[in-house]
Amino acid sequence: MYSTKYVKAKDIDDAATIMASAEDGKFLAGGMTLIPTLKQRLANPDCLVDLSACGLSAIADDGSAIRVGAMTRHVEVAESALVQKTIPAVADLAGHIGDRQVRNCGTIGGSLANNDPAACYPAALLALGGKVHTQSRSIAAEDYFDGMFETTLEEDEVIREVSLPKPEKAAYVKFPNPASRYAMVGVFVAKFADGVRVAVTGAGEDGVFRASDLEAALDANFSADAIADGTVSADGLMSDIHASAEYRAHLIGEMTRRAVKACG
Amino acid sequence: MPEGTVKQGIGASVRRKEDKRFLIGKGNYTDDINRAGQLHVYFLRSPVAFADIVSIDKQKAEKASGVVAILTGEDVAADNLGGPICGWVPTNKDGSAPSEPPHPILANGRVRYVGDHVAAVFAETLEQAMSAAELINVTYSEMPAITDLKTAMDKPQIHDGMESNTYFDWELGDEAATNDAFDKAATIVQVDIRNNRVIPNAMEPRAAVADYDTGDGRYTLFTTSQNPQLTRLVIGAFMLNIPESKFRVVAPDVGGGFGSKIYVYPEEAVCVWASKKLGRAVKWTADRTQAFLGDAHGRDHISDVKLALDKNNRITGLRVDTLANLGAYLSAFAMVTPTYLHGTLLSGVYDIPAIYTNVRGICTNTVNVDAYRGAGRPEATYLLERTMDVAAKQVGMDPAEFRRLNFIPKDAFPYQTAVALQYDIGDYEPLLDRAMTMIDYKNFENRRTKSAKNGKCRGIGISTYIEACGIAPSAVVGALGGRVGLYESAVVRVDPTGTISVLTGTHSHGQGHDTTFAQLVCDKLGVDIEAVEIVHGDSDRTAFGMGTYGSRSLAVGGTAISKALDKVIAKGKIIAAHMLEAADADIEFKDGKFTVAGTDREKSFGEIALSAYVPHNFPHDRLEPGLEETSFYDPLNFTYPSGTHIAEVEIDPATGVVELVDWVCCDDFGNLINPMVVEGQVHGGIAQGVGQALYEEAAYNDNGQLLSASYMDYCMPRADHFPSLKVENLVTACTHNDLGVKGCGEAGAIASPPAVINAVVDALSPLGVTDITMPATPQKVWQAIQAAQTKAAE
Repeated sequence: MYSTKYVKAKDIDDAATIMASAEDGKFLAGGMTLIPTLKQRLANPDCLVDLSACGLSAIADDGSAIRVGAMTRHVEVAESALVQKTIPAVADLAGHIGDRQVRNCGTIGGSLANNDPAACYPAALLALGGKVHTQSRSIAAEDYFDGMFETTLEEDEVIREVSLPKPEKAAYVKFPNPASRYAMVGVFVAKFADGVRVAVTGAGEDGVFRASDLEAALDANFSADAIADGTVSADGLMSDIHASAEYRAHLIGEMTRRAVKACG
Repeated sequence: MPEGTVKQGIGASVRRKEDKRFLIGKGNYTDDINRAGQLHVYFLRSPVAFADIVSIDKQKAEKASGVVAILTGEDVAADNLGGPICGWVPTNKDGSAPSEPPHPILANGRVRYVGDHVAAVFAETLEQAMSAAELINVTYSEMPAITDLKTAMDKPQIHDGMESNTYFDWELGDEAATNDAFDKAATIVQVDIRNNRVIPNAMEPRAAVADYDTGDGRYTLFTTSQNPQLTRLVIGAFMLNIPESKFRVVAPDVGGGFGSKIYVYPEEAVCVWASKKLGRAVKWTADRTQAFLGDAHGRDHISDVKLALDKNNRITGLRVDTLANLGAYLSAFAMVTPTYLHGTLLSGVYDIPAIYTNVRGICTNTVNVDAYRGAGRPEATYLLERTMDVAAKQVGMDPAEFRRLNFIPKDAFPYQTAVALQYDIGDYEPLLDRAMTMIDYKNFENRRTKSAKNGKCRGIGISTYIEACGIAPSAVVGALGGRVGLYESAVVRVDPTGTISVLTGTHSHGQGHDTTFAQLVCDKLGVDIEAVEIVHGDSDRTAFGMGTYGSRSLAVGGTAISKALDKVIAKGKIIAAHMLEAADADIEFKDGKFTVAGTDREKSFGEIALSAYVPHNFPHDRLEPGLEETSFYDPLNFTYPSGTHIAEVEIDPATGVVELVDWVCCDDFGNLINPMVVEGQVHGGIAQGVGQALYEEAAYNDNGQLLSASYMDYCMPRADHFPSLKVENLVTACTHNDLGVKGCGEAGAIASPPAVINAVVDALSPLGVTDITMPATPQKVWQAIQAAQTKAAE
């Protein structure tokens, strides 16, 4: 790790101010991605701004959506009675991120700000049609993700909270990379009154995407049989030593079928 | 299994003494050790697989904060240093010596693998050394990387003067008799076998701390070694020209080795050299990626296997042609692992009259390959056990019965194989029968049908193995090209107050010797286990020994301890006879007491020990005072553990995921000292074998980059991959050592991979799949199913 300066921000505006005056600073949420990156010397920030004291940890119900504070840990989402009751698929997703130690530290805000193409939360945000709320604006899911590890957040923007609309039914099924246990393919299916949304993470070269062909078939008939041979094109899917694009395409179809079955 | 008669003696599952310090964080590992004024060294490694070094510009780096020195291959050459040597060298089949190209401790003008050591940066802190290394500007003239084992022989020379990138071309067996068997065969079975490269991944990465004392001219090296005396001999005599008497090597607590910590690596040699050259102690610790790129890898064979059968399905001949990838440089046992530790096991547990094997050791631009848990025997067992399954299917026999038909029968021992080794004793059928009963083999097809109803493919796979360990008789080793002896030493030192230290030339890095060797003492001397200390790992304290690998410590080291204990008892009897005024022949020793036979007159072991050191009433005319005995034991033969492992798997054809649903094994390790420790060894070995079969692959791309250089991509087996493992033992005692023991450390890793793959192929054969390579990842399984179904549709 390179030497750096560590500062614990008092609130979100304080965090933004400190960042603005740093030459090359980084916000620190749970650290589950940033700290390994620092240890491998792949980043050299002159300042780490810790958000853990900014009061961004809470889970609330605003009627139509669940609002999760950006610094809420994965374990808190997984164990929240409110989330388990209203969108159990999100509790299930959070409960299977990484391992116990990661879940005790990692946050929803950190995951979405980082937009790792193999992270789970992007699929939830996109499938539920959620919103990312910063200190200055609200960004809809469709306008938020901007490619692998990229989002439309400005340099000094801090995610304050995430709102996740409550679906009629939803499920998340992840096929984990056997080594890292990140999503090799992770499919979040959400059924709303006005249609079905299917978001796929772990597979796309540009990060999370919606599988529109599968959505159309499920709109007509919400059952695994409706997409019995359904899949997506292998074009634009990642290929690595664990999974070719073709195998990922196959898994997307299979995981979507399982998610639809799990919706009940 | 027989219960020990002594509560802490042989056969008792005594809880491990060493676990306390490991569990409360009081282990003393090399990285825990710090020497006053020490420098930290960071190694700059080559980012390219094959290149000439055009220039190294270290000017800016030398001026960086905290930097004391930067050494390169030029400095190594100027000081005329040697490199790591080979400890055992086979002869080529044409009688010539194999190639042993130079292995410099810092690259000399050319780098040959990604990770090759280019420069050593010494600074006050590790961070300063790492930052300075980033300022070193190395200009490389790259050449195309040579990574494919099959075509490397036709590519440009990686080492000048080494033809066809071939280190050796070796053979064993009778080619003419084998050809004859194939000419006359009723059935010939041919199988292509790939044994995938894996990376050891001991829990503790390698580390070294070296300190040169300018006062007395002595070097001290703390190192993560399985064999500190061997390290001392190699570095002292062959690399840095240091007299052994001026060199202390200590391997303190070491967190696992599995073979990867046998060899002398460039890093510790550089630390020792620099500690004198720079006048400061030097400390180095690898991080995990450096372990991936720096520790010797394992396996990496391609074999063409042919089996000849007569009309009764008895095996009449076996031929194996193998290419073994040894990597860019030779490591200590790299050449013997695919030859004398491998070819000699090709008879397996079977009666095969004619065997011939040709093995070529090939150089590529990859990390060195050397012995890794099993060292040659997993490769032999895998190719044999896969071939047995393929053969059984080809002739329409059940795989268990085909094996049984070809077993060496129990009255055929000692059995001389067609590949040099003579097995002393064995009884293979009861092991197979017991394992088949444990897993309910006869009802397997019902379980397969039930799984199919749930959309899953179920399969069962057998592996009946033998291995040769307890290495080794020195004369045999020497005759086969070994440059070392493989005896073991033991000093049993009784203290005046009756406590005992056992100094052993073996080493314990997870094997539990602190406990199991103490049990030997308890068993023979009747003392409490808390009164016994086992000392290993310090060349200043123990006698010379060869360390721990090849499942040798109990068979060879334990026997040396047993013999030294016998000498202690023999001397004790003479002292007791004197004190009890009886004849030597009338003295019996049992349960810690010397008694005059037929009377109640006795002396305790403690009284005898005190008398030896306060010799007032003592037979000075016959004995010297003191009670300390030494034994150096050279084993009479290898030992031959054997067993049957059976794996049952369930595969989800929609994803290709293989789940292990049951595992049974019945092994013959001879007598067991501590059944709990043995079971733990078997669990660990199975886990590593399953890791190779389903999860682990050291994946190189065409540019020689290791794609799996962290746990993000290199998939380790985890606890949730395994069902409860059912482990049992039967005993045929080893005939040629006092304890009747065979050793058990590597057997699990040797037996398990073919059990897994045989089960996977069995599960997928209804879908038309006939073979699959390791690791059988979900993608690979799914692709095999697709390919078979496409073929069926054509």
